[in-house]
Amino acid sequence: MDIKVDESTCTGCSLCKNVCMYDAVEIINCKAAINDNCVFCGACIDVCKFKSIEITGLQDKNLDFSNYSGVMVFLETLDGAVLDVGYELSSEGRKLASNLGVTLSGVLIGNNVKENFTQAFEYGLDKIYCIDNPVFSNQIDDIYAKALVQIIDKYKPEIFLAGATSFGRSLVPKVAAIIKTGLTADCTALAIDEEKKILLQTRPTFGGNVLATIVTKDARPQMATVRPHVMEKKKTGITGTGDLGTKVEFIDIDQSKFKTKYKLISTEKEAGENINITDYDVIVSGGRGLGGSDSFALLKELADLLGGVVGASRAAVDSNWISYPHQVGQTGKTVNPKLYIACGISGAIQHLAGMQTSDLVIAINKDPEAPIFKIANYGIVGDLFEVVPKLIRKIKMGRGLE
Amino acid sequence: MIDIKIIVCIKQVPGTTEIKINPETNTLVREGIETVINPFDTYAIEEGVRLKEKLAPLLSQTGEEVETIALTMGPPQSGEMLKEAIALGIDKAVLLSDRAFAGADTWATALTLAEAIKKFDDWKLIILGKQTLDGDTGQVGPELAQKLNIPFIGYTSSILDINKNRMTIKRLMEDRYETFEIRLHAAISVGKDINIPRVPSLRGKLRARNETIPVWDKNYLNLDQSQTGLEGSYTQVIRIFMPEHHYEVKMLDGSPDQQVDEIYGRLKELNIV
Repeated sequence: MDIKVDESTCTGCSLCKNVCMYDAVEIINCKAAINDNCVFCGACIDVCKFKSIEITGLQDKNLDFSNYSGVMVFLETLDGAVLDVGYELSSEGRKLASNLGVTLSGVLIGNNVKENFTQAFEYGLDKIYCIDNPVFSNQIDDIYAKALVQIIDKYKPEIFLAGATSFGRSLVPKVAAIIKTGLTADCTALAIDEEKKILLQTRPTFGGNVLATIVTKDARPQMATVRPHVMEKKKTGITGTGDLGTKVEFIDIDQSKFKTKYKLISTEKEAGENINITDYDVIVSGGRGLGGSDSFALLKELADLLGGVVGASRAAVDSNWISYPHQVGQTGKTVNPKLYIACGISGAIQHLAGMQTSDLVIAINKDPEAPIFKIANYGIVGDLFEVVPKLIRKIKMGRGLE
Repeated sequence: MIDIKIIVCIKQVPGTTEIKINPETNTLVREGIETVINPFDTYAIEEGVRLKEKLAPLLSQTGEEVETIALTMGPPQSGEMLKEAIALGIDKAVLLSDRAFAGADTWATALTLAEAIKKFDDWKLIILGKQTLDGDTGQVGPELAQKLNIPFIGYTSSILDINKNRMTIKRLMEDRYETFEIRLHAAISVGKDINIPRVPSLRGKLRARNETIPVWDKNYLNLDQSQTGLEGSYTQVIRIFMPEHHYEVKMLDGSPDQQVDEIYGRLKELNIV
């Protein structure tokens, strides 16, 4: 395996050198030369206008995967209820399954989760495989992994999707490692290659500055985690699923074989505070311009009115004005709400990386040069302490609250 | 005799602030060449050093010792980053470097790291940053743990208690903290809420300067090229491209009242208020 430059066609134009993030391309005597820093990411191959670069020596194993069929999605539950991302995956999985002409199944594991069946089928599932057992009362990685491996081994889906939640991102790599297959993290777009009928998995890297499309070769299922809120959940309109009996398959497990190495001692939630900011459609975020922890009460008032939650920039978190779970950005959470209101946030690239895919961004900042205004849909150069209370008042008046 | 080894897995990454997009060609332009320790890995290093500081006095009562080891897989110049880890208080470092390791996805990376870790006796705990700045997957930790058949706790926000055989550890999930007790061996990943990393000490820097970093290649790890790097990977990047961000920025003029009216009107249209 090697990466080679065809010197007869290379013009030494430096496009490849500029695109390489690993400093692996040098221009020597007007020709590109690739050094040992190369990680074979392929960025130079894509950018080359002369098709001068290729990776050689990679053999297509042409393995036969005809015994794998169908799309399977993981319906992650928390406290007995399926998370929205499970339905988002069902809707997305429906498209993929229809494209491939295969069935779409959901995996539902938990304790007392039967209540979810009716709703789950509204998003296009053909089948649900369910393990309903008290050992799955909590999100424990090793036993969930074991259960998923059993189900995947038995039903052999060609595609397996799970939410890129905290649990999903911890659990599914374990599953992929046991099954020995590829896993693509945190996808934001999925499609089927029309010719090869394989899954094209697109995901952001480098803090969202670059998108990479990834395929799984030589192994099945093709596994991916998908960011919550990226795919649209959409009811198919087919309700009255009627006889759940044939559409739900209960899988009995031998409880004695599901002993965990993780002893859960306690679970605590932050009292009166929503820290699960990725789960909200509206985020009102504060930065350095807030000036102190007290000012977050103002943002919370606005967030509450909008049915949203409070976020923060790194500067605000590092100043201990608000706790870390609220942090948006590269070292915090990546969010994509319908509405993101940035108050007193200048918009460092690391912050933008965590929120630039929000549907609508409103930025309020004193500094007209603040980078946040480059990506905001609406920008207000002004004092947040003047603008936010006015907006709160306006909303309250509109609702007849004032 | 070292009785407990704490292994910290780190990675050298390009600093993202250096990446800019040339608007004419829509391609990436890196200005200057800067590589850094993956930011999350700095918390992993610090946690490793702190655990040693905590465990060493306890273990010394029974004449036992604890050692921290930084491990990375990467090109030869990653050795410099390992020296930085030593300057930050890590005892030893090993570089896994081989042309055959290049292009590894998370699976192949985890396999190579696992084989290297098996070379150490008496390792008890593996600490990783929760994800890297470049790949951004967070998958190597749990895949590595699975290959070693040990528990993995991601998003660790604090280690409440630890001794030679077990630890009590808290992880941050979306809406809650969970506290677990697990037996060692184990692997954990950490984020920025676990500690505040120290700056390198002068003594550490001096020690780092004199340290020779051993380099292990695929032969030393008894790995075949087909198991490592791009060839040993199940996933393959087939296309890299720039996201198309179309930001239509509208700066709102007028008095604050007018600005708020316009925003309110827009929110109303979108049925948000």
